[in-house]
Amino acid sequence: MDLNTLWFVLIAVLFIGYFVLDGFDLGVGILLPFLGKDDKERRMIINAIGPHWDGNEVWLITAGGAMFAAFPLWYATLFSGFYLAFFLLLIGLIFRGIGLEFRSKDENPVWRRFWDWAICVGSFIPALLWGVALANFVRGVPINAMKYYVGNFGDLLNPYALLGGLVSLLGFTLHGALFLALKTGEPILSRACQTARRLWWPTAVVLLAFTIATYVFTDIYQRLGVNPGPVPIGAVLSLMAAGWFIHQKHEGWGFTMTTLTIILSASTIFLTLYPRVLVSSLDPNFSLTIYNSASGINTLRTMTIVALILVPFVLVYQGWSYWVFRRRITGRQEELHY
Amino acid sequence: MDAQALLLSQWQFAVTSVYHFFFVPLTLGLSVIVALMETFYVRTGNDLYLRMTKFWGKLFVINFAMGVVTGIVQEFQFGMNWSEYARYVGDVFGAPLAIEALLAFFIESTFLGVWIFGWDRLSKGMHALAMWLVALASNLSAFWILVANSFMQAPVGYAEQGGRLVMQDFGALLTNRYVWGQFPHTVFSGFSTAAFFVLGISAYHLLRKRHEEIFKRSFQIASVFGVLSIFMVILIGHTQAQRMVEFQPMKIASAEALLRSENPASFSLLSIVDQATMREVISIRIPRVLSLLAYNRLEGEVKGVLDLQNEYQARFGPGNYVPDITVTYWSFRLMVGSGFLMFFLAAYALFRVMRREITQPLFKFLNVYPLAIALPYLANISGWLLTEMGRQPWVVYGKLRTADAISPNLTGGMVLSTLIGFTLVYGALMAADIYLLAKYAKAGPEPAQASRPLEEQAYWE
Repeated sequence: MDLNTLWFVLIAVLFIGYFVLDGFDLGVGILLPFLGKDDKERRMIINAIGPHWDGNEVWLITAGGAMFAAFPLWYATLFSGFYLAFFLLLIGLIFRGIGLEFRSKDENPVWRRFWDWAICVGSFIPALLWGVALANFVRGVPINAMKYYVGNFGDLLNPYALLGGLVSLLGFTLHGALFLALKTGEPILSRACQTARRLWWPTAVVLLAFTIATYVFTDIYQRLGVNPGPVPIGAVLSLMAAGWFIHQKHEGWGFTMTTLTIILSASTIFLTLYPRVLVSSLDPNFSLTIYNSASGINTLRTMTIVALILVPFVLVYQGWSYWVFRRRITGRQEELHY
Repeated sequence: MDAQALLLSQWQFAVTSVYHFFFVPLTLGLSVIVALMETFYVRTGNDLYLRMTKFWGKLFVINFAMGVVTGIVQEFQFGMNWSEYARYVGDVFGAPLAIEALLAFFIESTFLGVWIFGWDRLSKGMHALAMWLVALASNLSAFWILVANSFMQAPVGYAEQGGRLVMQDFGALLTNRYVWGQFPHTVFSGFSTAAFFVLGISAYHLLRKRHEEIFKRSFQIASVFGVLSIFMVILIGHTQAQRMVEFQPMKIASAEALLRSENPASFSLLSIVDQATMREVISIRIPRVLSLLAYNRLEGEVKGVLDLQNEYQARFGPGNYVPDITVTYWSFRLMVGSGFLMFFLAAYALFRVMRREITQPLFKFLNVYPLAIALPYLANISGWLLTEMGRQPWVVYGKLRTADAISPNLTGGMVLSTLIGFTLVYGALMAADIYLLAKYAKAGPEPAQASRPLEEQAYWE
């Protein structure tokens, strides 16, 4: 495996890690005003993700940084091309983060209601936009021979991409409901289980529709990078299994399965793209690949050494923090820091 | 390229960066102060230090959140608004940013979560260690971002290949002489910011005779911390100015409003330059002092703006290579002036502390310290204005002009809408942030824990 491929894999892993981890944070944020009926219940919900959301968001920051370092042209074309989409994403993440931190620091009910909805909308926007972005990766975007994005914001909001957005929106919300089912006590627990049961059907339907739409409306299957083989089938099966476990009231297994669904479906996208990183809808030769958008060998080598040393530590201490905060939030006063 | 998009993008970068750097310095310093206080608590078991830790820690957390969410904007902006910059230098510039995230942000965010939520889940020692890790990682992240920034100021370790800069020598980035001025200068400025934050809020309470024990001790700690840090800031700032003479003579010439080269060079007391005609309107200068500052002796040539302009035209082709003289001149003075004022205020605070006279009735001077919280912010922001605006028209000094760095697909309308969006959102958040900081700072520390039942405790405990 050459270093370009290694960095493609590493960036894919960082994005997938982000989708799995911040995926449930976003889902929890979206559900906050609906599952928490009073102030204490809402605090139980945000305290369930309290110790983790910030560390989870760093997966995105690292993915962005790694993209900048290893494939500067990918970073440049993507971030400038998706300018307004990234602006909305940033505004969403800003309101979500500040909302979590500020919400309970004042007793005024208007203040708290405002931040509750800021968290909800600030989670909704990124959850939707990530699916839109990934779907556009698959579909291809207008990129010219100079490797510049020549479309506008409207081009990104095509029906196929919006369907992709619906998949990530529902998927993350389901994932978040299952996380709450594992991390909170009553009355949030049963509401979260019920929500998961209700959300599973529409999630399965949009995922299926998106898969079919991918066959019908994109040519990705004619120009596969790496044949993903059984990976997409695994994604569908794991979501089916998630439904079964949810109805059997095995939320732990349900959460494991939605985690798998996120990993496998995002992997499918990265596999079919490889070695391309941004597909041009104008001419296949204009696409950005891991070779024509990469940094030089010195940068890739240096970054490989740095990553090999640091990534294991990150995994260990982040894993440890989940272990430290493994208990359910049952609503006792001393548990509620947020 | 859209000229409007360029101007608006520059404004957007200025607004978002100044705003972001409003929160960063306090994070750098207050994390260390809170970690120190918690360590005192662990070692002495004295409940007073626990209450101090919680009080200052609460303010730290409110400030930290703002730094986090505005930091992502910084990372994304390089691609969003400055894609030609990202293409041109990404090979070199991206690496320190990625390392910053991997090495520093992960530790910072994970362990701050552990610290906020871990009071009853961890041993006292582990809990204090979590804050030390936050402090260490914050300052490490400052190092990596300044490695990146120093490359823009004084590019090293690269080769130009196919119209892009390619990394040749990663070690050269780390040993860049520029970063070893910039990094300690910035970190100690952060420490000074925190020292004045603590001095100011402590003075506020001491003047009202509330929680005297806690705030006397906080005042003591901050005065020592402050004097040491500001001394370092000034010392390093001096050598940094000397490096500026060496690496970016145009920046120092402009900051000194020195139009023509002089040997020995004079220091400006008051200069007003009409930049359109390049004439001095007012100029009061002290002979030889600029040479003294630049070379530690009473002679030596410092080049002037007009001579450098001619030199650069010969080297880089026709163009205007002079930064905004008014902005660089006054930001330089504002930074240095605030720095020295801070040194005297901190030294005087320490003097009163050592004579055990902080709360003597005659010490009306204590009234100054709450207001003085503004000084480090003024110094920090004017310092960055000098650094970044003094480098114009370059974004990477001598290599890439800001005008050539802009994303080609942006229109004025797009940038205008995001600039308005960021400004409104940032403005509203600033109001909320200051409201919370003021509320908790004025409320003072919670009473000792054991005396109250759980139900009465505040929710953050």
